[in-house]
Amino acid sequence: MTSPGLAPVLAEPAGTDPGPGGAPARRGPVPVAVLRGLAGLAGLVAVLEVLPHTGLVSADYLPPASETVRTLGTLLAEPTFWTALGDTLTGWGVGLAVAVVAGVAAGVVIGSVPVLRAVTASTIEFLRPIPSVALIPVAVLLYGTDLRSKLLLVVYASFWQVIVQVLAGMQDVDPVAEDTARSYLLGTWGRVRHVLWPTALPYVMTGVRLAATVALILTITAELVIGAPGLGHEIAVAQVSGAVPEVYALVLVTGLLGVAVNLAARAVERRALHWHQSVRREVTA
Amino acid sequence: MTALSVLRRGLLVLGLPAVLFTVWWFATAGSTDFYFPPLATILESFGKVWTAERLLSDVVPSLLRLAAGYLLAVVVGVGLGLVVGMRRAVRDVLEPVLELFRAIPPPVLIPVIMLFAGIGDTMKVLVIVSGCMWPILLNTVEGVRAVDEVLGDTCRSYGITGVARLRHLVLRAASPQIVTGMRQALSIGIILMVISEMFAASNGLGFTIVQFQRSFAIPEMWSGVLLLGILGFLLSLLFRFAENRALAWYHGLRRAQRNP
Repeated sequence: MTSPGLAPVLAEPAGTDPGPGGAPARRGPVPVAVLRGLAGLAGLVAVLEVLPHTGLVSADYLPPASETVRTLGTLLAEPTFWTALGDTLTGWGVGLAVAVVAGVAAGVVIGSVPVLRAVTASTIEFLRPIPSVALIPVAVLLYGTDLRSKLLLVVYASFWQVIVQVLAGMQDVDPVAEDTARSYLLGTWGRVRHVLWPTALPYVMTGVRLAATVALILTITAELVIGAPGLGHEIAVAQVSGAVPEVYALVLVTGLLGVAVNLAARAVERRALHWHQSVRREVTA
Repeated sequence: MTALSVLRRGLLVLGLPAVLFTVWWFATAGSTDFYFPPLATILESFGKVWTAERLLSDVVPSLLRLAAGYLLAVVVGVGLGLVVGMRRAVRDVLEPVLELFRAIPPPVLIPVIMLFAGIGDTMKVLVIVSGCMWPILLNTVEGVRAVDEVLGDTCRSYGITGVARLRHLVLRAASPQIVTGMRQALSIGIILMVISEMFAASNGLGFTIVQFQRSFAIPEMWSGVLLLGILGFLLSLLFRFAENRALAWYHGLRRAQRNP
């Protein structure tokens, strides 16, 4: 049940596709690693199934894995579940998009003007570690359980991940490459396109990947604590009404969602950076 | 010249925050908006609300729970990470399971842990441990895995094994990665500290702030938000200070490599 969704995780780090010039020696251990990974997942399911039956842990607190899965099955048949999932994904997607666009725009502007960079450094360092959950009461007062209160938290938390990476990336431009571009009389646009963009892109991608995870955490937190509609709210409702198997089933869903977000972000990163050393090395290693 | 450069630096560091605060001060000075009280009112209530007594009864318990949970997470995360990272078979077996656990948004575990541990301090500490552990664990695994092979072989040929090997080679080599994990864990820990108290508590920062918000004590609530912000900032400052001391050798090495 969980294994099909996880199969790419298993295959990924091992590098099933050695690619041109890939070391053929890696082909041997790959299936072993996959099998071991599957064994690990099976072990987890077995432990979760057996523990409540032994009475070590009360089944009231930890329903057997089979029951959780059965509950998940019923949930999947209900339209409310899909609405909640849609709400969560909307909050995540919109929040992440806003944060990425704003973060990249602000980062590029600040990063390309040295004075601006020097002046804002301390402010960014101060604002960044402020926990976004501090904004929860503000969000509740201003927007109630609206989508906007979710977005306030998500955007605030993810924005810093992106802008910090963009700034780091713009600082990393190789002075020699920059000078070369200048002596070849590349204009501002040409330098942005051929020097700055390729240098900063890996950093931007890292920022987006981190922001995607943070955005999901904050979306679900907002739903859980504020009560904005979504999976988090469903969990809170299930918990209050004592529907323990539902709680576990929904937690499992959020975990799978998290895995999916991680995988998608890594795939996007890989695709955007297929020319970059870090990705190429991974394939041949 | 040095006095001038100090002045310049001070202006750069403090300039924008001062401007922002001034703007906030004057923009809200005559504010009658219920939700955005004047900054003067917020600061006034800050002094009134966060007295020594309040700090002792609400902020200290929060910070103690954070410290307990965080330290426990470091011990468990690094310990497990060493075991998982050094044995390939163990790593292969546990990797997908760990990926799944890491991907679960930590606040979701609060309802689950509440089932087992009720709503007391144990629950909050466990919640913080369960959220902070994963970044530390996975980064430790990565760090242990990336230990320089030549160094490993050198250790072996010098007969350095067991605890000495662990201490001088493995932990040392993995420490930059471990610290990265600990930094990620700290911000997750602060989030969980606040949220676990918003969920169910009788004291603590998160509890107090939500209490203010529910009773529409708006300036008091803003003062709490401000205090949380300051706490987050101070903790990250403290972390950076500790990191610079613990990893001085590593930063020096990087610097030397960059400009030979």
